[in-house]
Amino acid sequence: MKHVWRSWPGRIGSVIIAGVVLLALLSLVWQPYDPNKITPREKWLPMSGAHWFGTDGGGKDLFTQVLVGSRTTLLVALFSVVIAGVVGLTFGILSAIAPRWLGEAIAHLIDVLIALPTLVLALVLVAALKGSLWTVSLAIGFGSGVILARVVRAEVERVMTNDYMLAADAAGSSTWRTVWRHIVPNIGSTVIVQLSLIAALAVLAEAALSYLGLTPVSTPSWGRMIQGLQQTVTVHPRAIIFPGLAVVLATLGFNLVGDGLRDAIDPRLRGRTADISPAFTSVVVVDDIARGHIAGAGHSAPGDGEGL
Amino acid sequence: MTLLEVSDLTVRIGETTVVDGVSFTIDGGERVGIIGESGSGKTLTALSIIGLAPDEAQITGSILLDGQELLGRSDRDLAVLRGDRVAMVFQNPLTSLNPVMKIGRQIAEPLRLHRGIGRNDAAAAALELCKRVGLPDPERAVNAYPHQLSGGQRQRVGIAIALACRPALLIADEPTTALDVTVQAEVLALLDALIVDQGTALLFITHDIALISQVARRLLVMRHGAIVERGDVADLIDRPEDPYTAALVTAARRTTLDDTDELVPSAAAGVAQPGREGVVRPGTDPGTAVPPDAHIDAEPGVGPAPREVDRGTAH
Repeated sequence: MKHVWRSWPGRIGSVIIAGVVLLALLSLVWQPYDPNKITPREKWLPMSGAHWFGTDGGGKDLFTQVLVGSRTTLLVALFSVVIAGVVGLTFGILSAIAPRWLGEAIAHLIDVLIALPTLVLALVLVAALKGSLWTVSLAIGFGSGVILARVVRAEVERVMTNDYMLAADAAGSSTWRTVWRHIVPNIGSTVIVQLSLIAALAVLAEAALSYLGLTPVSTPSWGRMIQGLQQTVTVHPRAIIFPGLAVVLATLGFNLVGDGLRDAIDPRLRGRTADISPAFTSVVVVDDIARGHIAGAGHSAPGDGEGL
Repeated sequence: MTLLEVSDLTVRIGETTVVDGVSFTIDGGERVGIIGESGSGKTLTALSIIGLAPDEAQITGSILLDGQELLGRSDRDLAVLRGDRVAMVFQNPLTSLNPVMKIGRQIAEPLRLHRGIGRNDAAAAALELCKRVGLPDPERAVNAYPHQLSGGQRQRVGIAIALACRPALLIADEPTTALDVTVQAEVLALLDALIVDQGTALLFITHDIALISQVARRLLVMRHGAIVERGDVADLIDRPEDPYTAALVTAARRTTLDDTDELVPSAAAGVAQPGREGVVRPGTDPGTAVPPDAHIDAEPGVGPAPREVDRGTAH
């Protein structure tokens, strides 16, 4: 993992994500105020020593809300990535190495599932189950997982045409050992990059779903803050900057870490990244987010512009 | 003592018969060469022996290893033999090694698979094998990735992997074709020394008759999926009976030095002299380029249509 540190994107991204993780950990032991306590006398206070980010229309401390909201964001990102990884790798690898008829069947199933918008899936799941972080993570993770599965399938098929797969067979390697030792490491860099993008999208999607009110009211989240604050954004535009900035930074952080991870994991790319100027890379990454936004418009559209 | 007995091996892919009734035997410790141009079925013959022919290939005939039939066995049964009793060195060391796995682990893989040894023992064995195949700085090599080694060094790794379990039979499919001529000679010498040392039998596949005369004692000449001539290497080169074999020998003489009767392997002669190569026909390997005045009964495109196909992977 020390290799992530070698590239500028990895370095900046790691610092941002580490910052978010520290905020989340800090919120477990210290919260300056109760994030849900309404104090009408203290509404719309400006930034001060007592209220670092000021307060909202209910007199709730904005810094405390951002602090506690980071937990929600991280948990949803983590669960989504784990679910997406399991779904994507399982379906993707199976569809590539299974007998032809089964592989084709799985591939078509994946295509059908991709057609199902993540946001609709989330709404259905919340209606059927209960609006919780788990439900939201399941929807985001599964929705991204089937997209990942298609990428994985293509990657596995590419890897399987290589001579070293024949060489592994010639050495007497069993199918599952070959999958574990030769296929997974060779698609690893692609999967990691995809997962980091999924983490970034999960941050956006969670914000969007909270904004729509699909997460429990008692769970403070950046998306919920934005929803509350946007109603008065013309009168008090300052307050919305903080949760918006938090969402943007967390998304950027995951993307940058993904870039760093890709360079670190693929030994062929190691050492090259230092040549790329950080400014250039950042531009590319911001561009990635913009495209990710469009690609993920199904679940992030309602939150569009939330950070602007 | 017969190690391998192949009889009437026929491989069909779709309507095409790629290998047509091939029979030969290899004794323990013996070195046999198969020579032929691209698409002559030599690689597919070798792959069939260890059950690695593509799924769509229909294989008939009989392949006996230590007197036991290999054809028709399940993949799982064959996997036990592969890398242990029969191992393979591949043509292109740049693509036959896993790019994201350290050299040491790749070399130890057959030992871990077939001997079930632990991680630490495997690392020690890998280091030992690196030394045996003459990799420079073996302590560093085991922790290197394939892209950090040169082509010749990578093929040494390929040989180390193949010989890790001291197989009874080593199949080498054009193991030096992808290498520089100077490196070719080194790798060939290494292969030679190691199989003598281990008493391993060798099936060497090539299109370079000069090269094979260095390694093999017995030679099978393949063309259009069938063996057209077989015999002692020196005998075949001195008195080829089949016109195709004669053409191969003539081509080899021309690509080296005109004035000598000696067959100089391209590896030993260094770079072939410019302007003196045989005429290279489209669709034939440069190594088996046929000179314009050679008489061959079935010239490609002139005589009967060739029955074999170049499958691309069959190199």
